[in-house]
Amino acid sequence: MRFKAEIDVMPLDALLDPQGKAVTNGMKNIGLSEIDGVRIGRHIRLFIESNSEAEAKEKVEQACKKLLANQIMESYAYSIEKA
Amino acid sequence: MKFGVVTFPGSNCDEDMVYVLEEMLGQKVERLWHKDTDLKGVDFVVLPGGFSYGDYLRSGAIAKLSPIMGEVIKHANKGGYVMGICNGFQILTESGLLPGALLHNDTQKFICKNVHLKPVSDTAAITKGLDKSKAYQIPIAHGEGRYFADDETIKKLQENDQILFTYVNENGEENENSNPNGSLLNIAGITNEGKNVFGMMPHPERAADNALANLDGKLIFESILKYC
Repeated sequence: MRFKAEIDVMPLDALLDPQGKAVTNGMKNIGLSEIDGVRIGRHIRLFIESNSEAEAKEKVEQACKKLLANQIMESYAYSIEKA
Repeated sequence: MKFGVVTFPGSNCDEDMVYVLEEMLGQKVERLWHKDTDLKGVDFVVLPGGFSYGDYLRSGAIAKLSPIMGEVIKHANKGGYVMGICNGFQILTESGLLPGALLHNDTQKFICKNVHLKPVSDTAAITKGLDKSKAYQIPIAHGEGRYFADDETIKKLQENDQILFTYVNENGEENENSNPNGSLLNIAGITNEGKNVFGMMPHPERAADNALANLDGKLIFESILKYC
């Protein structure tokens, strides 16, 4: 079976996100001062060939831990569905 | 001592590093390619600065998977010397040879300028031969150099004398204004517990030729030659 994973990698909440801060300031410049707390991460989509959803999930976990996210500075979350 | 300088796709300080080691310090140097699986008998591996693999995903994240890094990690785990400068430091943290991570500078700007460093560690070979009361002028050139680690890691670095350099002003004073990128405790370089892996964001190889009117970087390499 083929599965699709949608993965979000985000800077840890405790860390300063200078990109997000700059974009928050930019919101004021376009008249959207109601918007704050912008944080910028990365969205990753990938496909997995696997016998079960549980196995696909395990592969995505490994991909996140070993490569896609650096857990010293980032957190990750994902959803999996049949492709 | 025989040095090895690794070239990854996107490395751009490798030739400077080879030049300084060979021409300024009279050392024997092997050029190592990222696809090599043999360190060619070198004693000391240098991971140079640059933008390995275009900084894709995160700086150093793809380089850590290259064939040569498997050998570099084995070499380090056996107690062999490894030094990473700038992108090389990022590769060392990504590969787990050094603790912590290097985040985007707090200014969100790429910073290229001369800064001053204070040697901190009394026990690491790279700082042992330096004058602790002196501020060494060394250039930095990075967008992602903000050193970060959790509290427990920072405590261990302090307890084990693993902080190599901190950013100071020209008078040697360490404060917020002398911190160019928002690094925790002004940290510019660290070593591992075994004191055989060194990582630093500043570029000593860019301050090791008299033609550049600054030889402070050469003193750092001379400390390595004396104590490694």
